Amino acid sequence: MLLISCPNCGPRDETEFHYGGQAHVAYPENPDALTDREWAEYLFYRDNTKGNFAERWVHSTGCRKWFNMLRDTVTYDIKAVYKMGEPRPDLTSARQDATSPEGASK
Amino acid sequence: MSLWEKPYFSTLKGPVKMAETATPAETAKSANPEMLRAARRSPASHLASTFESGSVDGTVALKEIPFQTMVGVRVDRASDAGARLASVTGGLPAVCGETIRNERSTTLWLGPDEFLVVAPETAHDSLGGDLVRALVEALGEHPGQVVDLSANRTTFELSGIRARDVLEKGCSLDLHPREFRTGTALATEIGNIPAILFKTGEDRFRIFPRASFADFLGRWLLDGMREFASPEVP
Repeated sequence: MLLISCPNCGPRDETEFHYGGQAHVAYPENPDALTDREWAEYLFYRDNTKGNFAERWVHSTGCRKWFNMLRDTVTYDIKAVYKMGEPRPDLTSARQDATSPEGASK
Repeated sequence: MSLWEKPYFSTLKGPVKMAETATPAETAKSANPEMLRAARRSPASHLASTFESGSVDGTVALKEIPFQTMVGVRVDRASDAGARLASVTGGLPAVCGETIRNERSTTLWLGPDEFLVVAPETAHDSLGGDLVRALVEALGEHPGQVVDLSANRTTFELSGIRARDVLEKGCSLDLHPREFRTGTALATEIGNIPAILFKTGEDRFRIFPRASFADFLGRWLLDGMREFASPEVP
């Protein structure tokens, strides 16, 4: 069981939260201009990072607010919790990040 | 791409009228409050006698407090509408866990912009009160919500020196009085279901489960209380 620190409510059990997938996937500026492949990549293609991964979570049985979290997908260490709209924190361990071959590193 | 020219959520744009907030005051004029009260059945009314027989005198007791008036408020605390609503409730709590009480209601923090106003049954407009109307008028036409949620949740009161032990069986919050002080209310999980836990006294908790979970949580709490009805094993 992960103990997740909600920015509003403090540390709570993982079961109070729901996962929202990869963070910082921006909506295309001009969706009409995208090819079907680009649109499909926006909709469905996500990074499969080994290491620190920025993802969205919602505290569904608490304050019901979304937030971002930087989690190590290998060790499940929670490296940072930050609010929606804030940029991904620059950790010194960022060099561990794997680069994704293609897809949603938008 | 023609599929995306009209997003399906476009129908949600524009002012959304909260029709249900207007109804209680109207029904108050037409219906007799005594008839209304007699016709209602609370979500855990069928467990009332079980609660009574399951309670242990001086150790732990469970009862339902039915039909409390509850109003969901969503508003930006810093806005004018927030200030007007705060003048009705005596203030809007600022941080997680905080509650604010005045002579007519208690306001619980549910989120940075979400609050639950709880008041006795008689504060409801259908029984001659004016709480919902006062909150609707305070919000006015400004962005936000005031919704009568009285039927959304019921209230359990768990009290006694063993109340904390019962709760700790299914709630992973730190309920020690050092951390969880009287007057604190937290939305969390109790017995794996979402509920609001409000500490109203040193050995007294109020639990607000959704109506559909009332039967489950009532029986779950009763099961947790059962060991205290038996003689202690040395």
